[in-house]
Amino acid sequence: MGDVSPFQFQVVAALIFMIGVVGVLTRRNMIVMFMCIELMLNAANLSLVAFSREIGDDQGQILAFMVMVVAAVEVAVGLAIIISLVRNRDTVNIEDASQMKW
Amino acid sequence: MRMALFWIFSVAALGSAVGVVGNVRNPINSALNLVVSMLALAGLYVLLEAQFIGLIQVMVYAGAIVVLFLFVIMLLNLRGSGAPNAETQPLVKLAGTALVAGGSYFLVRVLATGRAPWPDVDPDYGTTRAIGEALYGDYVLAVQVAGVLLLAGIIAAVVLAKKRLE
Repeated sequence: MGDVSPFQFQVVAALIFMIGVVGVLTRRNMIVMFMCIELMLNAANLSLVAFSREIGDDQGQILAFMVMVVAAVEVAVGLAIIISLVRNRDTVNIEDASQMKW
Repeated sequence: MRMALFWIFSVAALGSAVGVVGNVRNPINSALNLVVSMLALAGLYVLLEAQFIGLIQVMVYAGAIVVLFLFVIMLLNLRGSGAPNAETQPLVKLAGTALVAGGSYFLVRVLATGRAPWPDVDPDYGTTRAIGEALYGDYVLAVQVAGVLLLAGIIAAVVLAKKRLE
């Protein structure tokens, strides 16, 4: 692996995670917020895979695979929730969906 | 060569991640930026000799998840709503910025302390064969639980998105 240090991969992962956090905190579009959550999951995956390579063991990759499975389920259920919310409220702005019940 | 690829993929991943967040006009542009980010991350996985994870990243994330996003955006026919709201959000923005700055500083400090060199790994490290043998050997229970979770997720998505339950 030579010239790239493990540290650099962790920095990239941390920066992608931070971008995702900023997106969730600043954007009000539910779908874009959801994409930012996906970005954060991907950053965690990159960190896992980089640490896995750093210690020379493939357990981190197994865990990253499981994270991907959970992310796929989460996207399917979350988008279904967004679809039914839009059917009821006709908006994707998170501020309009602040009530638990209506 | 590795260094050049690392920088190309990292800049692509970070730039398109910023594009996902910064694009306020149309969610479709955010979704397309997300594809670029996912593909760049797949390149980083391959650089880390995790070929199987890189492959799954392309197929599951870039192939399935982002398509699902695009499908929903086009189904709902959304236009640029949900831009950052300047009136109600300053505190949240401040908190987010502080969190990001503090978190970045903390991460850099912690991670900079130990910098081990890359260990040598087996030639079949991270290949489909190695990961498959691990998944269906030691982790077979986790794979089964993941299968049940996927089934539950599919059923939940159908039930939630249905217009009327009878």
